[in-house]
Amino acid sequence: MSQDIFVVAEHLKGKLADVTFEMLGKGRELADARGGNLVAVLLGNGVKNLVTEMGIANRVISVEHASLENFNPETYSTALAEVIRAKSPAATLVANSSMGMDLAAALSIRAGLPLVAYAIDVKVEDGALVATSQLYGGKLNVESQFSAEGAVVSMLAGASSADKGRATGSPAVEDFAPPLSLASPKVRFKKMIEPEGGDVDITTKEVLVSVGRGIQSVDNIPQMQELADALGGALSCSRPIVDSKWLPKTRQVGKSGVKVKPKFYLALGISGAPEHIEGMKDAELIVAINSDPNAPIFDYAHYGIVGDLFDIVPLLTEKAKA
Amino acid sequence: MNILVPIKQVPDLVEELEINEEGTDLNRDAVKYKINEFDDHALEEALQLKAEVGGTVTVLALDGDETDKMLYTAIAKGADKGVKVTGDFAGGVTSHVAAKAMANAISTLPHDLILTGVQAVDDRDGQMAVLLANYLGVPHVSVVTGVKVDGGRAIVHKEYAGGVMAEFEVDLPAVLGIQAARETPRYVAVSRVRQVQKEATLEEVEAGDTAVAAGSSVRRMMKPEKGSRAEMIEGSPEEIADKIVALMKEKGLKK
Ligand SMILES: Cc1cc2nc3c(=O)[nH]c(=O)nc-3n(C[C@H](O)[C@H](O)[C@H](O)COP(=O)(O)OP(=O)(O)OC[C@H]3O[C@@H](n4cnc5c(N)ncnc54)[C@H](O)[C@@H]3O)c2cc1C
Repeated sequence: MSQDIFVVAEHLKGKLADVTFEMLGKGRELADARGGNLVAVLLGNGVKNLVTEMGIANRVISVEHASLENFNPETYSTALAEVIRAKSPAATLVANSSMGMDLAAALSIRAGLPLVAYAIDVKVEDGALVATSQLYGGKLNVESQFSAEGAVVSMLAGASSADKGRATGSPAVEDFAPPLSLASPKVRFKKMIEPEGGDVDITTKEVLVSVGRGIQSVDNIPQMQELADALGGALSCSRPIVDSKWLPKTRQVGKSGVKVKPKFYLALGISGAPEHIEGMKDAELIVAINSDPNAPIFDYAHYGIVGDLFDIVPLLTEKAKA
Repeated sequence: MNILVPIKQVPDLVEELEINEEGTDLNRDAVKYKINEFDDHALEEALQLKAEVGGTVTVLALDGDETDKMLYTAIAKGADKGVKVTGDFAGGVTSHVAAKAMANAISTLPHDLILTGVQAVDDRDGQMAVLLANYLGVPHVSVVTGVKVDGGRAIVHKEYAGGVMAEFEVDLPAVLGIQAARETPRYVAVSRVRQVQKEATLEEVEAGDTAVAAGSSVRRMMKPEKGSRAEMIEGSPEEIADKIVALMKEKGLKK
């Protein structure tokens, strides 16, 4: 077992994800506390140009192979498990993202390593790692300890500063031979599917009225649209509203939707699950109306109102029109 | 085609969550449970697939407090069979143990496609779909929104951010972590569930050896620190509306 901390670099379409820098920043702290190196693991094909953006790392392990050209749950897990088994780092940080969800658990089982997911923090205490996870839709935090070295920690995006992990440089690159088993995977990448355009672009709006499951019915959408119009903004929403087909996917804020940074974000009947928070926490002014005084959205809003949104929306629309 | 759907119950977040005296877990006596909403989506997608290509849908759950009711509800919605995985699960289990138990049970049953929820609000040590696939040694794709089956393969859409998706072809058997079904999960009347409860019987399969290689344990459970908590606006709806308009004016957003 080494004292090194490994970070799995996540990238899409030739760009490193912000969460990669967040993990590199966190990984640097951990590596310093353990007296080890910070090592980035870069899986892909023809992506070595990304190495210079990871100057904060002491070293980058690069695995390149045609089957790693696009993210693939099987080839990426196979290659990653091979690297981790060969190098035995003290910990491996993986993003708790769409890609990371297919990697972290696979690595845990294939390499026999402990795993903690949904981490918002990891620290070293008396030499041992302690990870804090955000669970129950953001309502509770849980600190975990590990029964063995080599922990795999999957980190929620937005939990720590990306700027701390951003540094250009030229870390040493170690080429790691791709495992032979990558040749005939049972999971095969076919194509990327881009979202349909043509709808309102909520990322460009100064004012967003954002609705969640608390609006209760598709029949209430027009009322919410009226409020958005009166406030001079657009209507956005949480994921269940899109899954229920009440609003198009283009309006979804969050992890699998878009990231927004409006001047004013009015959250109506949105609980504030971590996946939603990821997309709106940087809004300049957040006001939330929720009937549950313990709703996590109040931990991120600047102003909160505990109450029934339907008591306030009509009045607010009227006043905004005045 | 044999479609298997592992489902589980999670605390209903609408209720207040109490932490136990040791500060290591929920006070489970005070918890109100409901089906994990993503498992409900997995079940819906399985029922849609069955309607499309035929086969059977089997729901499975680890034996626990209200497992029977959850399984009967799934049968009432259209599943063909309910299986209880029996073992010592009192007091809750980690995701690893749950996945190992589920893998042991599934390996005794015919299975072509396994659909389960992408995540649950309490899976601290990892999500079921990918843990399960790796214990079974079959391929996986998680965060899936669209599933088509074509012979011995599935064509699936995995969601990234901003509506971008990747399409994969997966050899079966495989495990898919379902984010959202093609249709909103169906409802079923309580009277129908009661009727099923009288007519159907649940099968039982033993979990067997659920020892896992390496694990983690909870040291402390706590409410998040409220350092940055919102300033609460109180008053009549009228006063609240005025205050919101005033806040926007301060930001120069409303004349
Ligand atoms: C991989 C992955 C990606 C995801 N990506 C996203 C994403 O991009 N965006 C996203 O939003 N979610 C995403 N989710 C889903 C996320 O986990 C939550 O399920 C979702 O954010 C919850 O939406 P909600 O707040 O509208 O619903 P709920 O959590 O059900 O909250 C509804 C809220 O409304 C309140 N309420 C009810 N009635 C009223 C009333 N009359 N007045 C006021 N308040 C009321 C309730 O108190 C409750 O807090 C993702 C999940 C996964 C697994």
